[in-house]
Order: sequence, then C-alpha cells, then structure tokens
Amino acid sequence: MSKKENLSLRDAYGETLVELGGENPHVVVLDADLSGSTRTSKFAKKFPDRFFNIGIAEADMMSTAAGLAVAGKIPFASTFAVFASGRAWDQVRQSICFSKLNVKIVASHGGITVGEDGPTHHAMEDLALMRVMPNLTVIVPVDAVETASAIRVMAQTNGPMYLRTAREKFPVLYDKGEKFNIGKGKELKNGSDVAIIACGLMVSVALEAAEQLEQDGISTAVINMSTIKPIDSELILRVAATTGSIVTAEEHSIVGGLGSAVAEVVCENEPVAAVVRVGMKAQLAQSGKPKELLELYGMNKSSIVGAAHRAIALKREPAHKSGSSS
Amino acid sequence: MSKTNDIEELTRIANELRIDIIEMLHKSGSGHPGGSLSAIDILTALYFSRMSHSPGSTNDSDHDIFILSKGHAAPAVYAALAKSGYFDKSHLGTLRQIDSILSGHPYSQSTPGIEVTTGSLGQGLSMANGIAIARKLDRRSSRVFCMMGDGEIQEGQIWEAAMTSAHYKLDNVVGILDNNGLQIDGFCHDIMSLEPIGDKWRAFGWEVIEINGHDMSQILDSLDEALTIKYKPTLIWAHTVKGKGVSFMENVAKYHGTTPTDEELQRALLELTASGN
Repeated sequence: MSKKENLSLRDAYGETLVELGGENPHVVVLDADLSGSTRTSKFAKKFPDRFFNIGIAEADMMSTAAGLAVAGKIPFASTFAVFASGRAWDQVRQSICFSKLNVKIVASHGGITVGEDGPTHHAMEDLALMRVMPNLTVIVPVDAVETASAIRVMAQTNGPMYLRTAREKFPVLYDKGEKFNIGKGKELKNGSDVAIIACGLMVSVALEAAEQLEQDGISTAVINMSTIKPIDSELILRVAATTGSIVTAEEHSIVGGLGSAVAEVVCENEPVAAVVRVGMKAQLAQSGKPKELLELYGMNKSSIVGAAHRAIALKREPAHKSGSSS
Repeated sequence: MSKTNDIEELTRIANELRIDIIEMLHKSGSGHPGGSLSAIDILTALYFSRMSHSPGSTNDSDHDIFILSKGHAAPAVYAALAKSGYFDKSHLGTLRQIDSILSGHPYSQSTPGIEVTTGSLGQGLSMANGIAIARKLDRRSSRVFCMMGDGEIQEGQIWEAAMTSAHYKLDNVVGILDNNGLQIDGFCHDIMSLEPIGDKWRAFGWEVIEINGHDMSQILDSLDEALTIKYKPTLIWAHTVKGKGVSFMENVAKYHGTTPTDEELQRALLELTASGN
C-alpha cells in the first residue's frame, strides 16, 4: 500500500454532516461548546435551526439527544471522547441505550494523540466504557474516507451508535467511496504466520510493522477492525485458525477495548491461538506531542513487531505442555 | 376512557388509583408507595382530564407526552396507564416480576405508554427538552409534561436542563415538581436544602406556579395557566404529602421504599374505601 496524504477524520465528519443535513430534514446536531473542535460548526453555520449548542453540559446534551430521537429526529451529538464516554456515561446508558434510541454520538479527540492537553483529555478508556453499553454500536474509523462512509451508514441505520474521531490527521488508506459495513472487519493484507488486528490510527502503524515483519520472513496479515462492537467474530476466528498468533493494536488502554474484544472471542472459540495486546499499558500518560506520546507509551511500530514475535513464540510453546516436571 | 372536567369524578379516580398502587405494591413486596401516592392526584388530572393522549397512537406528534423523571413512582403511572387502556389492568398484579411488562422503574421497551426510560434520577427534564425541541421543529403545539421529585432536583443535570429549557424558550415544556419534602434518608431540608425553590426556578428563567398538589381544581387550573405562558417554560411547584391518602404512610420517610404488610394493606384499603365513598 503506497503512502498517501493525511486527512482529518473530524473534518470528514463535519462535511458529511452538512451533506446529510441537506438530504434529510430530520438530521439534527447537538454539541457541548466544542463545535469548532468537533467540526459540527459547519452544520451549525449551514443549518442553524437544526443545531443545538447545549453549553458545557454533556449529561444534558445526551439526554436531550435522546428526547429528540424519541420524537423521530436523527440526532448527532458531539463532544470530546473523554466527556462523551465518561462525563455522560449514565445518560448514554439510561436515556439512550436502554431505549435503543436512534442517537449518534460522534466523539472527537479520541486516544492519546490529543497530545499536549495531557491525560485529563486523553481518551484511553472510551472504547471500554462504550463497549459495555447495552445496544450500542461502537465504531473507530481508520481514516477520513471510512469516517465519511461510516457517518452515512450511521444516519441510515436505526439504533444508538458511538463513533470516535481524532484531533490528529490520519493517513488515508482507502480510496474515496470505500464502503463501510457495520460489524465487518477488513483484511488489508494477507498473511499466514501472524495477524495484526488494529483499529483507528494503529492500522497504518500495523501496516508499517507488517512491512518489517515480512522483511524478517514473517508472513503477516493486517486487519482493519473498525467496528469494535459488534465485533467481527467470524473474521477473528478465521485468522486465529490460519495464523494461530494474533496481535491487537489500538490507541486505547489494553483493558476493555479492541484487544479485550478480540481476546474474548479467541478464548471462547479458538483458545489455541495466542493474543498479544498492543495499547496503553501505563495507568496515565503525560502531556506531550502526539508522536512522542505514541512512542513513549508503546503504541508504535516496534511494539507491534515485538508483540508479533511474542505471539508467534507463544503459539510455538503452548503453556500447557504435557509431562513437564513439577 | 373519556376525559372529564368533573372535580368529584377526578377525585374518585385518584382514589381508585391509590387503591391500585397499594395493592400492586403489596403484591410485589417491593417498590415505592410514598412518592407514588404524592404524585397520583396530578397524574389523574393529566391522564384523565388535561393531557392529549391515546393508547392506540403513542407516536402521534400531536399528542402530549408525560415523562416521569422520578422513575421510582412508576406504580402511579402504571395505574394511570392501565385505567387509560394502554394495557389490561391484570398486569398491575405482575409488577416487578420476571416477564412482567411492568419493570421496577419505567422502561420504554417493555411498557405501552412509557416513552422514555427513567430511574437513575435527573435525566427526564433533558429528555423532555429534546422532545419539545423536536415538536417545535415539526410545528406541533403538543406539550411535554415532566414530573420531578424534590429530592431529585439535587441532581445537577436538572439545572443543566432547566437552563436549556429557558435558553430555547421551550414554552411547550411543563415541569411538575412533586414537592413532598422527603427523600430516602429523611427530610430534604435535613439532607440537602432545596429552598428557595421558587426563586431558583425563576432565576433560571422559568415561570413558577405554586399549588397544593392534592387540590384537584388547583392542579387543573395550573395546567391551563401553563398553556398561556409563552416563550418560557413553566414549573408547576406542587406542595404534596408523601404517602398521601394512607394515614400511617403520610410524611413517613420509611414508606419511600417500604411496601405494606398484609395488615397494613387492610388498614390502607379501609381508609381509601371510606374516602372513596
């Protein structure tokens, strides 16, 4: 895959929202005083009557969105990922998810690439917090193209959904018009020794890692798992069976996110496959430049390469060796 | 059933619903009688007189919507919904049981006539605002009624929502404060002071109508007056008695979440039957 330009996911969201606003009068948008950052400001400018800034009150915003959905609107509610998933967790749970309401939560500033604002604003738990929600679909698009497609699919598909965008621009992996299907991962590269299952920014890092692994003679598959829930079990089990070694990579805590979701599927169905998780292992990060933080906290190419070697070693040396002396 | 403006008839219905509440809570053995009884006169006025609603067409945007933000008073709404014909009255005897359509707190996915899910306090007014905004976008004149408990307004989200209602000039939102003075741990003024309640809501941009929440004509008048308030939301500040109608439950914090024993059921029924005659 050739290197392409970097584009902003949140810009893609903002632009797609404007298109949707023109196509469907029931699309309404809410924000909590971050419309410039989340890019809902574009919709606000074009459709001021259907844009509702709720102020710095994320809990109120989520329940208000629920009410709009009860009355037949298609509300998109946006704020930073830390606030959408943490500050308003109970409102997402009870007001939105319990009633399976058609609310689309699009949270910007996911992950550690929020950077200089520091750990209060790094969203390293949002996927875990949202994955446990009843009835909620959780999406982490890989690039601007997939973001635009996913936002369109969200508007057309009934039910509560959470999608995470980012502050940073991500490398564009897909050609314009690439179709997005909820619950379907995509194998970007085949391989038989190890499979890297990644989401978001870590997919392009995984592709770089795969290049190096291939140079070392390790046949490496790379999967873009852009729906975290419902997870594509079929694809996971297929690569678990063919490779026996899985690495997960996410810009998120290794607890509760993509890695956990993949491990759950493998443990209960294909337990001979090893799963090694790459993600945030530290409890809290610090302020810094996005690139520095990704390196410092091990969400980088070398971590994925190391994890691949470990996953392969684990496959070759099962923990439950028979006849071992005690 | 058909609507009425007859005070005596509405009072009789409220009494009948009180009996339903006590019986269903006795049968279930868990639930919240105090806040159900303090709310039932207002609910009666809404469901059997002033609210535009119909069991057959809950999605009709011309109809009013009621949200019980203080979700623990679910038995009161269930009794009103059964009598209104949303489901058969026999369901009341299944409250809180496995496979019942009547969950411990209002759950939109299981009960006809319940539009939103509540129970974790403080979320109802925000949802009412959302519906009210949608109604305005759709140019519908229907209203959204949201009943809150006085203890409940200790939740910060209520005040976030109060700001939103006023900011967006939601004159189609009618908040109803069931001010029975008690919360689980005791008197509200001992746990966390709420006063001055009226001044607080007025300061947040609301019109406040103060009433006796057990006086049927005052309730009806306040609901009518709220219709005339334009460009701002209205709060009906209803002074009520927790456990109202059952003497030994009145103003006793314990009956927030304690159901009647066999003996208490008999005493309550005697009192309610007598006052219904």
